[in-house]
Amino acid sequence: MTAAAPATTNVRASWLLGFWHSAIGKKAVMAVTGIFLFVWIFLHMAGNLKVYIGPEHYNAYAGFLITMGAPLLPAKGALYAVRALLLIAVWLHIQAATQLTLMNRRARPVGYANRDYVSAGYAARTMRWGGVIIVLFVIYHLLHLTFGTVHPDFIEHDVYHNFVTGFQVWWVSAFYIVANLALGMHLYHGLWSMFNSLGLSHDRFNSWKRGFATVFALVVTLANISFPIAVLIGVLR
Amino acid sequence: MDLTLQVWRQASRTAEGKFVTYEAKDISPDASFLEMLDVVNERLTERGEQPIHFEHDCREGICGSCGMMINGIAHGPAGGTATCQLHMRHFKHGDEIRVEPWRARAFPIIKDLMVDRSPLDMIIQAGGFISVNTGSAVEANTLLIPKAVQDRSMDAAACIQCGACVAQCPNGAAQLFTSAKVAHLGLLPQGQPERYERVVRMVEIMEEHFGSCTMYGECEAVCPKEISIDFIARMNRDYIAAKFKNRKSEANG
Amino acid sequence: MALDSKIPPGPIEKKWEYAKAHYKLVNPANKRKYDVIVVGAGLAGAAAAASMAELGYNVQCFVYHDSPRRAHSIAAQGGINAAKNYQNDGDSIYRLFYDTVKGGDYRSREANVYRLAELSVDIIDQAVAQGVPFAREYGGVLDNRSFGGVQVSRTFYARGQTGQQLLLGAFQALERQIGLGRVTMFPRHEMLDVVLVDGQAKGIVTRNLVTGAITSYAADAVVLATGGYANVFYLSTNAKASNATAIWRAYRRGAYFANPCYTQIHPTCIPQSGDFQSKLTLMSESLRNDGRIWVPKKAGDARRPDQIPEDERDYYLERKYPSYGNLAPRDIASRGAKEVCDEGKGVGASGRGVYLDFADAIKRIGRKVIEERYGNLFEMYQDITAEDPYVVPMRIYPAPHYVMGGLWVDYNLMSTIPGLYVGGEANFSDHGANRLGASALMQGLADGYFVLPVTVGDYLAGQLGKKVSADRPEFKQTQAEVEQRISKLVSAKGTRSVDSFHRELGNILWELCGMARTAEGLKKAITDIRTLRDQYWRDVRILGTNEEPNQALERAGRVADFFDLGELMCIDALHREESAGGHFRVEYQDKGEAKRNDDEFLYVGAWEFTGDNSAPSLHKEPLVYEELKLATRSYK
Repeated sequence: MTAAAPATTNVRASWLLGFWHSAIGKKAVMAVTGIFLFVWIFLHMAGNLKVYIGPEHYNAYAGFLITMGAPLLPAKGALYAVRALLLIAVWLHIQAATQLTLMNRRARPVGYANRDYVSAGYAARTMRWGGVIIVLFVIYHLLHLTFGTVHPDFIEHDVYHNFVTGFQVWWVSAFYIVANLALGMHLYHGLWSMFNSLGLSHDRFNSWKRGFATVFALVVTLANISFPIAVLIGVLR
Repeated sequence: MDLTLQVWRQASRTAEGKFVTYEAKDISPDASFLEMLDVVNERLTERGEQPIHFEHDCREGICGSCGMMINGIAHGPAGGTATCQLHMRHFKHGDEIRVEPWRARAFPIIKDLMVDRSPLDMIIQAGGFISVNTGSAVEANTLLIPKAVQDRSMDAAACIQCGACVAQCPNGAAQLFTSAKVAHLGLLPQGQPERYERVVRMVEIMEEHFGSCTMYGECEAVCPKEISIDFIARMNRDYIAAKFKNRKSEANG
Repeated sequence: MALDSKIPPGPIEKKWEYAKAHYKLVNPANKRKYDVIVVGAGLAGAAAAASMAELGYNVQCFVYHDSPRRAHSIAAQGGINAAKNYQNDGDSIYRLFYDTVKGGDYRSREANVYRLAELSVDIIDQAVAQGVPFAREYGGVLDNRSFGGVQVSRTFYARGQTGQQLLLGAFQALERQIGLGRVTMFPRHEMLDVVLVDGQAKGIVTRNLVTGAITSYAADAVVLATGGYANVFYLSTNAKASNATAIWRAYRRGAYFANPCYTQIHPTCIPQSGDFQSKLTLMSESLRNDGRIWVPKKAGDARRPDQIPEDERDYYLERKYPSYGNLAPRDIASRGAKEVCDEGKGVGASGRGVYLDFADAIKRIGRKVIEERYGNLFEMYQDITAEDPYVVPMRIYPAPHYVMGGLWVDYNLMSTIPGLYVGGEANFSDHGANRLGASALMQGLADGYFVLPVTVGDYLAGQLGKKVSADRPEFKQTQAEVEQRISKLVSAKGTRSVDSFHRELGNILWELCGMARTAEGLKKAITDIRTLRDQYWRDVRILGTNEEPNQALERAGRVADFFDLGELMCIDALHREESAGGHFRVEYQDKGEAKRNDDEFLYVGAWEFTGDNSAPSLHKEPLVYEELKLATRSYK
């Protein structure tokens, strides 16, 4: 006798929603949005390196960001498009992370009296709190250097001035440094684990994953924390 | 050697549990951890106290019955071993050892250190097999399988379903267990016809009971069979492929 | 009752075909009307349950484990034999049949063994189709290795985990049927009795190991696949929970118990290291290919092995069996070790051990080759003993490993209780008086996948419309007896733990009914067991109640049955006044070699239970050798 056909999942039905509903799907979304955010962070960091060339270059770069895409796009058109994409990516990233965290909390309602970690490093264990610090930092950063709301001496369009005067406040710089260390840790684990979330695994490149994550996390972190330090020690004035 | 144990005692699934301290005196360093507990239990019985319940059977590290958190590490500090093959020479005279059951929502405590791991079986029921009835097999050597593929499949098939991966995972995830079965079958040519259906069905049940993977790597570190987390990436890949490529339509198109 | 082995007529290679052609069949549409109970989910049980469910029967499967993947089949390391002749080395079904009968010292049933050899090839096909990752060669074809006692390479293996991988294949097939709703799984349920209605097996009584609930389940047929009873010795290579309760309860209800004294003592196990020891660990016998076995010539020589010069060592196997040397068969190698240890030449703290020395092999072929061949075994040894076998010789000692005896079954694997089938190690098996390596997996799977599904159907075909319900008085009566027995154990409230009794029982059997047996010793063993058993029922201490998870209570019931079974083993060993395979009677030997007595003992000894206070009665199934000629084994 033929055995009954196994109950099949209807793959066709709203696969995108189904994908999002699965934890593996959410992790994939986190990986894709993470890649987008990382690329943005990298470009942001690279752009800011122009601050070392001088105020004119730096302000010109800022001006370019406004006119980017002209004449096809209106002023700030591309900038707002990128910002919209960033918002969506951040929202998806956080939404997925929150839902997965809740799922994981539910998976172990009673914890261990004492537990030891064998393999998980500090970076892996602090992804969630690191993420929270980064979000708080981004909000502050926007209010500080984008909108100027919390900036003591904000001059629209003179980004170099805002940059230098902003970082001259030592505790602001300290906060930036701490937040960027958190970002570095987040990247260190995130850049490595995104390969796995997307199923990218092969003997040929598996040994490179850790190095890739380390190098890029280091580059971004070192460059970013160099800015407040450069201001504080007077290299930039 | 003499040791002090703090053991989780819980009379039943619903009872309140607590740590109880026991002195384990005169333990041979050649004894296994379970044999040390046997000695403690023998003395408890003499004193008229109920022995500590823990699961065990083969005591040679292959049946997957045993398992407990020993000082916060699943199967204890030695690594690459099940609790039954952890020998007391890994501890020192005078050590304090805390012993806890696996903890996860999917693994309710039955008594003391015994837990119910049946959701792992449910994952297998959902698709952890090749649908072939007895009698309908082809001649074994008509199927040629490259040795490397075979070896890799065997690496994954070594899983003993002890649940240590879930127990150790800070997220209570069963990804390593599930991915090992997905890889064992998905690597082999026999497993291809159901490869994508299988991963979707297994993952669905897995996610009903367990947490999600954030690549802590703890599972791999405590796995008695040292199964690699690379299999998790492989499972993710198959799952994503199954969802995106709309596999069923391949036959219809 | 006369034993009817129901061997089909015709030439040996046509018997199974004839049987299949003449079995009654159940109409496919009717199969779902039948309920079959399978007890145990090792190789035989899981394979039978899954295969019968595939056919369409309603199967209920009971195991005392938390999952049907834990049975001790999982621990088999070496491999599984099959007459595929992939190596072109002259193997055939006939040769496998011959090797198995000869290995069993001509105490097995020809027709069964031939069928086993025939089915061996189908097992490999089935296992590969299920995804069992057998070792392969670079060309992608299956690899084979050679194994003890034969001259061809016919053993298929999956690293050192062949048993695990085969069990996972059967387990996955079973889980598939559970998912499809064709098998209802009862994990953590221990069978404590079989229920007979009008003399036929119609159900079982179980204890739920979590709640303690005693429940009856009715079915049209019952299959026992509950493994062997080597744990009767307390220290064995079996899993801790392996027990004889299911088959022993069936014996007490009328199933005959065949050849209980045929036990296999495996020569290469890690010796006991202290009183705390809970079980013994097997080291693959393949180690004897390169290791040399020796003891000091002088009794009580306490020097370190490297300080004992060559001429003060006794390589006793090489000395006694120059042609086979260290590769002498299991039973002979085991007895050899016991003899030298009895003479006080044993090594290690306990004095119960012999050296298995790789120094010469390392000198000859280098450490690297040894590492490639045995690396994982050496690691395992070092884990357990904390000694480095590359530097210090291994210490080994024989340990109980497998039992050839079990419930008597006919060719169809039905016991003397109609409707009660027995598969795998639980039946008296196809291995005669000694099992060859890599044959246990073969037998369990042949029974489970290919024999039971058709033979049980043959019985079921005559049972249409005869369904019974568990409300019948027979079930109530049996259940009451089970409950009574449990409460007797719980209420003994004595002073000694179950394990302490079990150790003592094991010690009696090991000393007097182990590797070498004498009439005098066996008589003493029977008396000692009876005394200890009386004490057990009075003085055993089980804390807690039945109505909770209670591991001491679980063990108590099993040990109680081990007492009775141990006694029957001794009775059987006493009556069998010959030496054959694993059964060695000191009185019947030819200068240390087993001396069979084919004139008087060429039969299966099947024992019938006649009551608690009366001696069991012996029934003989004569063994008729039509195909093979009886011969004496010699390894000199």
